Amino acid sequence: MLTQAAVAQDRNPIIRWDYVVDQSDDIIAALLQHLELTLISVGLGLAVAAPLAALALRYRWTTSAITGFTGFLYTLPSVALFALLVPLFGLSRISTVIPLASYTLLILVTNIIVGFRSVPDSVIDAANGLGLTPARRVLGVQLPLALPSIITGIRIATVSTVGLLTVAAIIGQGGLGRLILDGLRRAFWTPMTVGALLSILLALALDGLILYLGRAATPWARRAAS
Amino acid sequence: MSALGIRLDELTKTFAAEAPPAVDALSLDITGGSIVALIGPSGCGKTTTLRMINRLIEPTSGGIEIGGADVTHRPVEELRRDIGYVIQQVGLFPHRTIAQNIATVPKTLGWDKRRTSERIDELTDLVGLDADMLDRYPDELSGGQQQRVGVARALAADPPVLLMDEPFGAVDPIVRARLQDELLTLQSELHKTIVLVTHDIDEALKLADRIALLNVGGRLEQYATPDELLRVPANTFVEQFVGEDRGVKRLQLSTVSQLPFNQGPVVALDSEVSEALAVMDVYRSTWVGVTDQNAFAGWVAGQDLRRGGDLRGATRYPPAGRVTPASTLRNAMEVIMNSNTSVAVIDDDGRFGGVVTLEAIRAELGLSGADPVTGAQV
Repeated sequence: MLTQAAVAQDRNPIIRWDYVVDQSDDIIAALLQHLELTLISVGLGLAVAAPLAALALRYRWTTSAITGFTGFLYTLPSVALFALLVPLFGLSRISTVIPLASYTLLILVTNIIVGFRSVPDSVIDAANGLGLTPARRVLGVQLPLALPSIITGIRIATVSTVGLLTVAAIIGQGGLGRLILDGLRRAFWTPMTVGALLSILLALALDGLILYLGRAATPWARRAAS
Repeated sequence: MSALGIRLDELTKTFAAEAPPAVDALSLDITGGSIVALIGPSGCGKTTTLRMINRLIEPTSGGIEIGGADVTHRPVEELRRDIGYVIQQVGLFPHRTIAQNIATVPKTLGWDKRRTSERIDELTDLVGLDADMLDRYPDELSGGQQQRVGVARALAADPPVLLMDEPFGAVDPIVRARLQDELLTLQSELHKTIVLVTHDIDEALKLADRIALLNVGGRLEQYATPDELLRVPANTFVEQFVGEDRGVKRLQLSTVSQLPFNQGPVVALDSEVSEALAVMDVYRSTWVGVTDQNAFAGWVAGQDLRRGGDLRGATRYPPAGRVTPASTLRNAMEVIMNSNTSVAVIDDDGRFGGVVTLEAIRAELGLSGADPVTGAQV
């Protein structure tokens, strides 16, 4: 005779494939939203990090203030930050994207600065001595050479954003996080498992994709290492 | 493009208001098509001076003219594309292939693909690089090869002026000597106006037509040819900087062709024995050299001749070594030291070109009053 727990186990396994098939539209929508919000957050983060890093590189004395500020943003608890923005922007994408973008700033700004500072002085000296204009020097020489470090920063920022985004489910956003929260609330494991697994797979896939694109963009780094 | 001279006029650079100037009212006339070495102890402002010429550092006061034109009268990037720039750390762009590195300035100047690639081939040849290196990245090349690429990149748009900041400082001595020789060969074809910063007096003596010896604070102590610098140092600073071995260094600068012709105790193979003995007497030699159809054929010992027989029949000993008219006096001295006969035989393209004696070298350096031919004191 089956115990009640066993019956519950039988009707609520880790994953119920019929439910997955039934809800596939909703699951795909959640996945796409997760991807979209991740890209927007990291993109916004990059858009803010670039001028901050440029400022720190151009005026060295601003470096500690800028890294201090981005470090401070990184320490803010995510749930608290989401909650703080809801009164201002409602249960919206803005309330989701702003905190996530803020969290990417520390790693992005740091890696842009490290990347540019890793360019040897002799290379910059040669670029100037050969008569390259400052714009050509920055875009044609310094940026490409800073790229490996910047790409590493983007990878870390993207993976951590995929993870943090699940938390945004508490304000009604959050893509796959919504499935996880749904599963938890109803004590129904399937959506929770699907949400968790897909967010892990998404993180791995984006990490691999950026790694691949980065390698393709920096062929010299590979050949020198081999 | 014809060689342009460079004129520094009261050039001064002060980095901080209270600090003493790094370069203090330096005036220098650099002849177009010549190599001038800026040398001196660290802190003498040699690199600062060099970097003011292409305006990587702006002077505090004073002026610089290249080919009579003030360097500040042109946009700085345009000026720099007319001035080749080579530095010790080379500074190749690691993310660009060798071909792309060399093409940096042509690309900036908007050359088309064909002209650029033709120029790359030309330069690859000129600086002695393998064509199969062109598609590699700088990190895949040795230090010496990288510096060759650095020189090729600097010469890409055929600039009339070349600035070199310790260009061979980072490579090992053997490669350095080879690169120096190659620079001299290159210069004999190109006739650029080259300003070279170095801390190595031997490099300056070897490469430069004139040497500007600077003291701390960019004060010019002497501006002279290598020979003059060694022969008549302007003051004790110059004397000390150049070193105790000034005479030996001059050996490196002078060549055998600068010596007056000295036949030496050498006769033709078909000469009479009496003639040979008479010549030996004049030269106070115990050996006599013989030439066969104008080529040196070996040494014959005087005691062998005195025993009877003719020159043809006597045992001939090959010379310990030969020098050419282009050999340095130092080279000749080495040969003399290794020779039983105490002379070096000059081989001028297969023909006997006279001999070099120790006395001739001493006389050339002005070290003795000996007769350069016979060695007799006069």
